[in-house]
Amino acid sequence: MTIQLLFLARLRERFGVARETFALTDSTGTVADLLTTLRARGGEFAAELAPGRAFRVAVNQEVVTVEHPIRSGDEVAIFPPVTGG
Amino acid sequence: MGSVVRVQTGDFDVGAEIRALREGNPAVGAVASFIGCVRDINEGDAVGLMYLEHYPGMTERELEKIATEAKTRWDIFDSLIIHRVGELRPLDQIVFVAVTSAHRGEAFAACEFIMDFLKTRAPFWKRESTPQGERWVDARSSDDAAAERWQQ
Repeated sequence: MTIQLLFLARLRERFGVARETFALTDSTGTVADLLTTLRARGGEFAAELAPGRAFRVAVNQEVVTVEHPIRSGDEVAIFPPVTGG
Repeated sequence: MGSVVRVQTGDFDVGAEIRALREGNPAVGAVASFIGCVRDINEGDAVGLMYLEHYPGMTERELEKIATEAKTRWDIFDSLIIHRVGELRPLDQIVFVAVTSAHRGEAFAACEFIMDFLKTRAPFWKRESTPQGERWVDARSSDDAAAERWQQ
């Protein structure tokens, strides 16, 4: 029961990782739960993903809200607000 | 031609793209287009080099969704969105949007809508080199406001 976790742009640089395989636990039910687990790593994860910081989460390439469920096999990407065009 | 989206490192030829977009369709009375270019100054600092990163897969899906949404809102024939990624310099073209329609009103509106949504929805990020070093460009609230106009 794992998901693929992707970090993009500035967050990839801050965290020093682009992609990781993340093991789901019973307590990983939603995006909010995943964020809580990531913040518990401390350091840049706690700082950049703190409540109120501007970032987006996409599950299977669709931007979602924190209530969105996470299931085994999902691709979950966390990234800053977009700046293309 | 329908709705075409392309994400590429190479440059594009605006004339050739527009010719291809309206080729063989005598119902087209209007082509509206937009070209975004790299400026040599941002937030008061000189920009020498820019790097465009994106989220492969999601980028194309988001651009296709935006083009489809434009087609449902306005009476347009075809649309083309090209966005470059990788290393770019001042004067370079970054983005191209073109829309064909029978009349200009629909083409202008759809083109502007696509750009406003692209700026706030499509997963691209700019990192620029300035005399003070490299930095990621921050999102602008004015871009959110521009996209929100279309919700009304």
